[in-house]
Amino acid sequence: MNRLPAPFLAGLRHRLFWPCVTLALLCLVNFYFNRGFFDIEIKNGALYGSVIDILNRAAPLMLVAMGMTLVIATRGIDISVGATVAISGAVVASMIGGSLVIQNGVQSYVSNVPMPLAILGALAVALLCGLWNGLLVAGAGMQPIIATLILMVAGRGIAQLITAGQIVTVYYEPFFFIGNGFLLGIPVSLYIVAVVLIALLLLIHRTALGLFIQAVGINPVAARFSGISARALVFWVYAFCAVTAGIAAMIITSNVKSADGNNAGLLLELDAILAVTLGGTSLAGGRFSIVGSLIGALIIQTLTYAIYSLGVPPEINMVVKALVVFAVCLIQSDALRAMLARHVLRTGEAA
Amino acid sequence: MTVEPILVMQGIRKSFPGVAALKNVQLRLFPGEVHALMGQNGAGKSTLIKVLTGVETPDGGEIRLKGELIQPTCVGEAQAIGISTVYQEINLCPNLSVAENIFIGRFPIRGPAIDWKTIERESQTALAALNIHIDVTLPLASFPVAIQQMVAIARALSTAAQVLILDEPTSSLDEDEVERLFQALRQLKQKGMAILFVTHFLDQTYAISDRITVLRNGEFVGEYAASALSRLDLINTMVGREIDEASYAAETAAQTGSVAADPYVSACGLGSTGTMRPIDLDIYQGQVLGLGGLLGSGRTETARMLFGIDHTDSGTIRVGGEAVKLNSPRKAVQHGIAFCPEDRKTEGIIAELSIRENIILALQARRGIFRYLPKRLQRTIADEYIQQLGIRTPDAEKPIGQLSGGNQQKALLARWLATDPKMLILDEPTRGIDIAAKLEIMELVKAQCRKGLAILFISSEMSEVLRVSDRIAVLRDRQKIGEIAGKDADEQSVFRMIAGAES
Repeated sequence: MNRLPAPFLAGLRHRLFWPCVTLALLCLVNFYFNRGFFDIEIKNGALYGSVIDILNRAAPLMLVAMGMTLVIATRGIDISVGATVAISGAVVASMIGGSLVIQNGVQSYVSNVPMPLAILGALAVALLCGLWNGLLVAGAGMQPIIATLILMVAGRGIAQLITAGQIVTVYYEPFFFIGNGFLLGIPVSLYIVAVVLIALLLLIHRTALGLFIQAVGINPVAARFSGISARALVFWVYAFCAVTAGIAAMIITSNVKSADGNNAGLLLELDAILAVTLGGTSLAGGRFSIVGSLIGALIIQTLTYAIYSLGVPPEINMVVKALVVFAVCLIQSDALRAMLARHVLRTGEAA
Repeated sequence: MTVEPILVMQGIRKSFPGVAALKNVQLRLFPGEVHALMGQNGAGKSTLIKVLTGVETPDGGEIRLKGELIQPTCVGEAQAIGISTVYQEINLCPNLSVAENIFIGRFPIRGPAIDWKTIERESQTALAALNIHIDVTLPLASFPVAIQQMVAIARALSTAAQVLILDEPTSSLDEDEVERLFQALRQLKQKGMAILFVTHFLDQTYAISDRITVLRNGEFVGEYAASALSRLDLINTMVGREIDEASYAAETAAQTGSVAADPYVSACGLGSTGTMRPIDLDIYQGQVLGLGGLLGSGRTETARMLFGIDHTDSGTIRVGGEAVKLNSPRKAVQHGIAFCPEDRKTEGIIAELSIRENIILALQARRGIFRYLPKRLQRTIADEYIQQLGIRTPDAEKPIGQLSGGNQQKALLARWLATDPKMLILDEPTRGIDIAAKLEIMELVKAQCRKGLAILFISSEMSEVLRVSDRIAVLRDRQKIGEIAGKDADEQSVFRMIAGAES
């Protein structure tokens, strides 16, 4: 043990070490069964390949996981993000609607409401959902899981009300660009993730936001006694989380060109919580890692991809997913690793 | 008399990364004796106890119980061989009932079920032995801290121990309760139990102990009979240098800085129904106002009202002559008020954050989220206070939770001094801190006061309040019953005042 160089040991102890190892292992499994896994080719000026596909498909989850990380860091949880996705999706789809109009032999796409306005409207509705959650948690002092459960249950009903119980299909070509388009060869959704990520990292590292969130998450009373307005902070963290869900809804709705109040963002909250946990942020609050949560989201998407590409029968793929998640969580458990290390040391001494 | 010691620890060594916590330490416990373990913060008292109770494994040395070599590896094991411990911080479950807390982990079983009757009966008996008569089926949290502490002791006693370890059991007790505890200890002594008692209170050490072992910087300094070691000698052996407490007191009392003509904070009829009766307080810059009173007299409640933590429903507060509404700590901080709370661990430190982050936290909170202090400036500020207040740490990036109590308190003091406050409220700033650090902290407080800070000082040690205060507001039963000038006051006059209010 002593002969390992110091930087290597420091790397071992880095909080992102195990999430990265897990992701690398999953990629290797994919590569083993599909030698073309890492291939990337250019078709019509856009990048194609399994890796790009995974990144692209993970985009909504990555967005929501970023918002969820902050919520969890304040000792909270938000299980309403899936419902928020459904509501925002319903809003944007019904506001755009759209149809192909041919006038004087010229084809043009017409939306009910100008697209930017529709998107802003949908994001505003998402923000409203977050403000509601924040009000219940920070204002009324409800337990986060119960407070957000309310919207989780009600949300899909609200989405159905907006879409009148139908699946609303969007017929407005420019909107599809968000979820299916490419810019300089790279999927547009990844630009969105990058913008949110950079904005968030700047906020966390260039302002006191990161410090305050950690302080509130570790010891809310001491944070408040230090003059931090803990309640306002928690309130806005829920608002932010809902907005990330709203942005994710834009990508999802655009990708499937429709809004389905029942199924859009279904179980997304659980995947987001899982992504945050896999990324090394404790559900007990406090220290958190945004980048870790992104890696967590990628782990989940890579796993899903592997299950599909290995041809696991669809009826049991949830079981396989659960097993792998179980294994991953075991690998990342400090207690288990300490146990294994002791075992290895002992057998090493014996030899 | 040749009594054999029941427990002998010899040559105990223990190192943590970067520090040797114990270097060749010895300890002997005799049946029927109370043995005081004394030393400053960081002297190694806690580590020694952890080694004895199996929380830490020693790197070297041996522990013999009745001549037999023992190596406890966990608290349960230590308990099973008859070593029971009551820790400094109460290690009980506030949401469980008193009886459950006493029997947790070893519920008696009758048939397929837990025998609740026996549990309740025996809990009652165990507490009655300590002269506590309460409903043991109520949740622990419904009782004051002092009672909770007694429950912890009852729990330790009910495990048929031969050796009882009390790690600062009295830091949250008032005098009556301490006396009750001591009565119980004397009974146990007579039954032949060996008791190890760790405390920072000199009076208590001499009131109860037969033998004293002193540690300093992880080393064994000596074992003395309590009757043969004078207080001054004890302090000097602990500190390793000469501190003359009396002259220190004279010196600090004589210094009064320039006092402002008008009070910085002036509370008039400030009260909260059910918590605190209306109180008038004037706190001047350059002066220390002490709050005198027994446990439960409303000292902390007063501090919390002034810092905007608790809701007030009567009276007014003027800060710098201007009427203000302090309805949140944030508001109070904006008006230049700072507050070091009573419970360092749950209300003060953010344990997993670094010392640097803890120190700059209040300053950053006052600046707001967007005017972020650059890391380099944060480091400069932290290093400056670490040096100025003598916080003992290798560097500012260490999590504050790893510091000793005294150093945590200094870091909290630094957190507030960094905000350049006008008034500082100190609620039990020296609780659980050793003598030398206590004196250091009091000196820091005095120095800040001379620089023109207004200070509200709260302590359950009356001698401490008397030593630092220019004026003392005396509280009793959640109301102010009078005010005395510090130079006229002695313990007797304050206690007479408290007693006199009854008539």
